[in-house]
Amino acid sequence: MAKILVVTSGKGGVGKTTTSAAIGTGLALRGHKTVIVDFDVGLRNLDLIMGCERRVVYDFVNVINNEATLTQALIKDKRLENLYVLAASQTRDKDALTKEGVGRVIDELAQNFEYVICDSPAGIETGAHLAMYFADEAIVVTNPEVSSVRDSDRMLGLLASKSRRAEQGQEPIKERLLLTRYNPERVTKGEMLGVEDVEEILAINLLGVIPESQAVLKASNQGVPVILDDQSDAGQAYGDAVDRLLGKDVPHRFLDVQKKGLMQRLFGAR
Amino acid sequence: MSQADLLDQDPVFQLKGSMLAITVLELAHNDLERLDRQLAEKVAQAPNFFQNIPLVLALDKLPEGEGELDLSKLMEVCRQHGLRTLAIRASREDDIKAAETLDIPVLPPSGAREKLVEPVEARKKEVKPAEPQYKPTRIITTPVRGGQQIYAQGGDLVVMAPVSAGAELLADGNIHVYGPLRGRALAGVKGDAKARIFCQQMGAEMLSVAGQYKTAEDLRRDPLWGQSVQVSLSGDVLNITRL
Repeated sequence: MAKILVVTSGKGGVGKTTTSAAIGTGLALRGHKTVIVDFDVGLRNLDLIMGCERRVVYDFVNVINNEATLTQALIKDKRLENLYVLAASQTRDKDALTKEGVGRVIDELAQNFEYVICDSPAGIETGAHLAMYFADEAIVVTNPEVSSVRDSDRMLGLLASKSRRAEQGQEPIKERLLLTRYNPERVTKGEMLGVEDVEEILAINLLGVIPESQAVLKASNQGVPVILDDQSDAGQAYGDAVDRLLGKDVPHRFLDVQKKGLMQRLFGAR
Repeated sequence: MSQADLLDQDPVFQLKGSMLAITVLELAHNDLERLDRQLAEKVAQAPNFFQNIPLVLALDKLPEGEGELDLSKLMEVCRQHGLRTLAIRASREDDIKAAETLDIPVLPPSGAREKLVEPVEARKKEVKPAEPQYKPTRIITTPVRGGQQIYAQGGDLVVMAPVSAGAELLADGNIHVYGPLRGRALAGVKGDAKARIFCQQMGAEMLSVAGQYKTAEDLRRDPLWGQSVQVSLSGDVLNITRL
């Protein structure tokens, strides 16, 4: 039986889709058959970040409405054997998702995949609720700023009370924190919340810290998940996070300010 | 006809029927000393009730073998306690005669059933407040997140985990938080001014006991911000003291 993983945050623009793409790709890289499902109906982005936007024929809503089969709608990644994407519909809205329909599609995916990654939309309404409802584990993506932390906290409350596991009285969803766009320099200056602060406020397990990086923007614009850029700090940090997700004990990196070398200091280069 | 004659025709009075609520003192024993003592006790319970109240003395329920009654003495006892006798109700020949001698009207024995009158103040005293019912304390062991609201109705609330900003704890009784309290805590929401809030790390958005509250703006200035504190109400003032 597959593990159903939701990538959620409450707040928008914190890096949910980037994270879904990176984690999903990372799992596939390590040999696990993975599908990433875009729940952001009406504002679909995942296909762009995965670089498969030109091959979308059928989408998630088509499958829910029985207008297409899952096999028809799943888009196979060109780079990785084990990776599939289920795109969201761009022409519909979140009301097109029903609990029964989503449940049926998730169950069917769970029979064919090891990991089902649900890329949640922002907010706490239908789309976000259905994305997390069937989850076994949750990755809560948070930026080191107060509004993002507050929204994540709200989301954690919903994960604990409004999910299928909570309603059926099963073991609660395993919650993990992924801190993105982290800038150690600004933390030292007191302009940004530190890892410890966020961990203390949210009181959940830390899955990883992704440093603020030019590589992320470049990767999304090119349609290549940032984890495939293994030269970049963000790519490496996502790699570590995937290893931790699979149970490996990997130390956290990129938490401290990097000392600049003599040449860098002389020429003011970053 | 003269002017005076015309005035003489003018009615001086009108007769009207009226229903009055009148206290009836029903005598059960011909024992004036005991009556005096017991009346004194009754009056002490509600002195205002017994100020000049009109009274009908009912002697018709007096048992046959109780002997001759001293009516003027009985009326004197009643008057001393503020009961003013308007008339008597009697069936025994001797009593009726005594009433006629004292020029007191005699009413026929009543067929209607009289209600037992208890002074209002005395009745209040006798109604005991219901025994407070035991309600188990509500215990929460998982973090209370922003947007969540927990209400312990009729009792205390204990939270053994962090309470996030934006969360709300409510209890009719006390609130205990064994962890950082960053949300709101409202104790004694039904008005119990004796309710208290206890927390291990006070970083609350709002603290309230029985409607008296302090918001984070005031709380942040408190030297005990971030410390273990208890919050209690004395008068209108919310006191925050170190635990």
